[in-house]
Amino acid sequence: MVIENPPILEVKNLEVKRGGTTILNVPSLKIKEGEILSLIGPNGAGKTTLMQTLSYLLKPFWGEIFFRGIRVKTDHSVLEYRRKLAMVFQEPLLFDTTVFNNVASGLKIRGMERGEIRKRVMQELERFGINHLRHRVAKTLSGGEAQRTSLARAFALRPEILFLDEPFASLDPPTRTSLIEDLEHILQQTQTTAIFATHDRMEALRLSDRIAIMDGGRIIQVGPPEEVANHPVNELVASFMGVETILSGKVIRKDGGTFITSIEGQEVEVVGDAHLGERVVLCIRPENVTLSINPSPKGISARNVYQGKITRISSMGIYQKIHLSCGFPLIAYVTNHSLEELSLGVGKDIWASFKATAVTVIRKE
Amino acid sequence: MDLILEGIRKAFYLLFTFDPEVMGITFLSLKVSGMATLISLFLGISIGTGIALSKFSGRRFIVSLINTSMGLPPVVVGLFVTVFLWRNGPLGILGILYTPTAMIIAQSIIATPIVMGITLAAIQQLPQKLRLQILALGATRLQMVWFLIKEARLPLLAAVMAGFGGVISEVGASMMVGGNIKGYTRVLTTATVMETSRGNFDIAIALGIILLLLAYFINLILTRIQQRERPS
Repeated sequence: MVIENPPILEVKNLEVKRGGTTILNVPSLKIKEGEILSLIGPNGAGKTTLMQTLSYLLKPFWGEIFFRGIRVKTDHSVLEYRRKLAMVFQEPLLFDTTVFNNVASGLKIRGMERGEIRKRVMQELERFGINHLRHRVAKTLSGGEAQRTSLARAFALRPEILFLDEPFASLDPPTRTSLIEDLEHILQQTQTTAIFATHDRMEALRLSDRIAIMDGGRIIQVGPPEEVANHPVNELVASFMGVETILSGKVIRKDGGTFITSIEGQEVEVVGDAHLGERVVLCIRPENVTLSINPSPKGISARNVYQGKITRISSMGIYQKIHLSCGFPLIAYVTNHSLEELSLGVGKDIWASFKATAVTVIRKE
Repeated sequence: MDLILEGIRKAFYLLFTFDPEVMGITFLSLKVSGMATLISLFLGISIGTGIALSKFSGRRFIVSLINTSMGLPPVVVGLFVTVFLWRNGPLGILGILYTPTAMIIAQSIIATPIVMGITLAAIQQLPQKLRLQILALGATRLQMVWFLIKEARLPLLAAVMAGFGGVISEVGASMMVGGNIKGYTRVLTTATVMETSRGNFDIAIALGIILLLLAYFINLILTRIQQRERPS
């Protein structure tokens, strides 16, 4: 018989109410040791509320929280529990003192011996590449340096669970990229269990073992990144995972392993199973849509080919987002190079195609 | 003009010969106002922080009351303290009217709302999330309060200056509850009033200069601490 270790964190029937309305409702959630769980969702989805409740910073709430199988309850064990955690917020929230003292602050709170504090702090300063800043006053740091200090302060505690509440949201893109790279490496190195709130899909996909999509105080779907990306349970999850085209239609024919859906008079062939007459939602990722000047370009075996008109082109930097109308709205991404080669412009007629396997189906029944 | 020049000359004479009476008055001033400032710091910072961190009904009213009390007229404070300590008043049994203790009480009542009001404002202007961050670092509630006070130390130094400046320079309350008794409750301000009314301008000017210098040096020290802390 295999005896499994209890999850490092488990919650049951967690509920938070403010002014009579429920702002968080999580019936069950388990986090395994060493796992990185991302919480993604729109603003107000409950990501911060969930993290602050899990770390006992937000009270009161209903439900139970178990740390390594033991329920966190009385005030004494709340402090003990909180001292096993660390939290990094969107703002660095540094103290008005030197970088060194900031990184040392949590250890001083625990009454750690001075020599030991120094050793730990130096190690974290080194790890986050801010050793040269250790005598600087926190107020004089740049945004990236300050957030590194805040992360070092959290890691200095050797937390058993690390909560990251959108720690990169207020950084400029290059700073953000370099900090994410470092954090990814450090999380791997230290095997720290982490819960990471973000509204950036790419950050979540990059860092996490599992992703939880939140909306309206609930976890809509939780699973490994591929599962959430490829099998979204609803439109919100799909759009959060980067699906641009979400269409609602009715199954009108079945044919072996595929079925045909009617969408605003157009037919779309999809690989999968559904009942005749069933209402389904189809998700098409923009990178799976191919644009061409002719109806059947060489080398493309797509089953779904439509003629359409370009209604809008918006630049996304390294690529262009093309909005098409082909009976139904469809969105495709093309590189700047293709945009020129196909001489695309608003009002131009063009052929769009995508494979039957490129369509993800959300079944409503 | 001669009157002023003679006054200043006499003033410096008294100062540099360390006239025992002037020195005694100066020390008593420092002692009374220093004690009163210490008491007001203790009460003002603890209650001010407490109110800043708590929510209760009537909080706004209390805060407006504190803010109003920051400008309490010393004579009104003097009047109430006198009434309370009067022989057949509520606290008359203590027998401390016309003693330095009574002056310390009156000056504490003047300085406490000043320190409390500044503390309240200073703690409130710290980011809300900072409290969560401190708790998340594993702090007990008491440790959290201590961290917040440390974060607000610059405005709190201003509170010390404002409190001390307010009481060392007030005359009404000290006169009423102290009685300006020679060698016992006579402080710089009450002595200045008395000597001026007697026409002894030389001594009055000397006392005035000492009062100014005292206020200046204490604020100089505190300002240096405050400016040293300022990020360059």
